[in-house]
Amino acid sequence: MVVIVDYGVGNLYSLKSSFKAIGVEVVTSGDKEVIKKADKIILPGVGAFEDAANKLFSSGLADVVIERANSGVNLMGICLGMQLLFDKSLEYGEHRGLGLIKGEIRPISSVIPNTLKVPHIGWNALNLKKPKSEIFKYLSDGDCVYFVHSFYGADCNDAVIATTEYGAELTAAVQKGNVYGCQFHPEKSGSVGLSILKAFCEL
Amino acid sequence: MITKRIIPCLDVMNGRVVKGVNFKGLSDVSSPVTLGKYYSDNGADELVFYDITASSDGRALFTDILKEVASTIFIPLTVGGGINSLDDFDRVLKCGADKVSVNSGAIKNPDLIYQAAKRYGDQCVVLSVDAKRVDGKFRVFAKGGRVDTGLDAIEWIKRGIDNGAGEIVLNSIDTDGVKNGFDLEMLGAVCDVASVPVIASGGAGNISDFVTLFKTLPKVDAGLAASIFHFGEVKISDLKNELYKNGIPTRIVKE
Repeated sequence: MVVIVDYGVGNLYSLKSSFKAIGVEVVTSGDKEVIKKADKIILPGVGAFEDAANKLFSSGLADVVIERANSGVNLMGICLGMQLLFDKSLEYGEHRGLGLIKGEIRPISSVIPNTLKVPHIGWNALNLKKPKSEIFKYLSDGDCVYFVHSFYGADCNDAVIATTEYGAELTAAVQKGNVYGCQFHPEKSGSVGLSILKAFCEL
Repeated sequence: MITKRIIPCLDVMNGRVVKGVNFKGLSDVSSPVTLGKYYSDNGADELVFYDITASSDGRALFTDILKEVASTIFIPLTVGGGINSLDDFDRVLKCGADKVSVNSGAIKNPDLIYQAAKRYGDQCVVLSVDAKRVDGKFRVFAKGGRVDTGLDAIEWIKRGIDNGAGEIVLNSIDTDGVKNGFDLEMLGAVCDVASVPVIASGGAGNISDFVTLFKTLPKVDAGLAASIFHFGEVKISDLKNELYKNGIPTRIVKE
C-alpha cells in the first residue's frame, strides 16, 4: 500500500487521484502506525520549508519517515517534499531537513540570470542522467514535466538523476538508494508524470 | 528551456461548457470533463475553467465538476469566476484547482490578492485583467468587461504583483473576439513591468497569431484562447508543431 504523508501542508486531492488513475491503492494519512505499515511512502509538500519542516518534526512524523527509509522502504518526496529530504535549506534562514539526501536547498535566483523569472514555473524538459534511474524507465530524454519552485537542490551531485535547464542546470530529481525526490510535480505532468509514479510503484 | 504554454479556457455555466463548442467526434462536447480530457490528451499545457454561473446551486455544481476534472486530468488547473474571498479560494483549491484566478473580486477588495498569496503562496494567485484603451491609456474594466473602473491597467498590474500575484492574465477587450491577433502593444507594455509570468488572452484567430506573439514578445509565457480551440479552428497539436518549427520552445505530446 502507498501512503501519502499528510502533515497538514497543501492539498493532496490531485496527488491521491493520480495514484488512483494508475490503479494503485493509496491512502493519505498522518497516523504514524499507518505510515509504519506502508510499502511505499510519498512525502508531498507545498509552501515554505521552515513551516513544513516544523510540522514534520514536531508531529514525530519525520522520525517515522526517516526510520522507514533507513529500513529500505521506497520513499518519494515531491516538490517541497523533495527539498525536505535534504540536510538543510537556506530558504529564509537556515533550517534542518530529514538528512536523507546529502546537500542543501538554495534560492534559484543565486544561480540564474536576473532576466529570468522566479519562480521557475511551467513545463520544462528533463535531462536524464545515465544510467537511467528506474523511476524514469518509461521516459525519454527531453520529456517535459511541470515545475513550480523558487529554490533548488545544491551540492547533491552524486544523487542527481535528472536536471532541467533554466538559465542554469537545476536539480530536477534525486535518488539515493531507495530514497527518491522530484522537484517537479509528477501528478501535474500528464502521462509522463503518471508513468514516473507507476515506475515508482513497480519498484 | 522552459516551454511556452498553450492554455484553452472553458467557460462553465450550470456544469456545462458554454460559448459555442462545436467539436466533431466527441460524444459530449459540453461536458467539462470530456472536453478537458480531450485538450489534455492533445497537448494543452494547462486548463482554465471559468465559472460563469450566477446561482449558488450552479456554484455547487461547478465544484462537483471540478473534482471530477481534477481526478481525471493531470495537468495544472486554474479556476476563475466568482472568486471574492479566501473562502472561495479554499472551496476551489480543495476540489483540485492548482491556481485561482481573481478579477472583479480583486478590484472590489484589493487586499484579497495579498491575503490569498500569504495563505496559499504567490504561485497560486493569478490576477486576471480585462483591459481596454480609453483616451490612449490602458484602462481596467470589471464585470466581464462592461464597467470602466477608472484604474490604469499597468499600475493595477504592478500593484497586483507587489501584493503577491504570481501570474498575470491580460485579456485585451480591444482585440478579444476580433480574431486578428493578440494585442501586442498592450502585452508589451505589461511585459515591461511584470516580473511574473504573463499570459496573453484575446484576439487569437489562427496558428500564426501564436507564432507572432511569442516571436515578437519573448517575455510572454503563455497564450490563452477559447473559441478557436472549441470550434476546432486551431488544433493544439498542429499549433505546437508550428511553434516547434519556428524555434519556439514547446512541449510536444506524443500521441
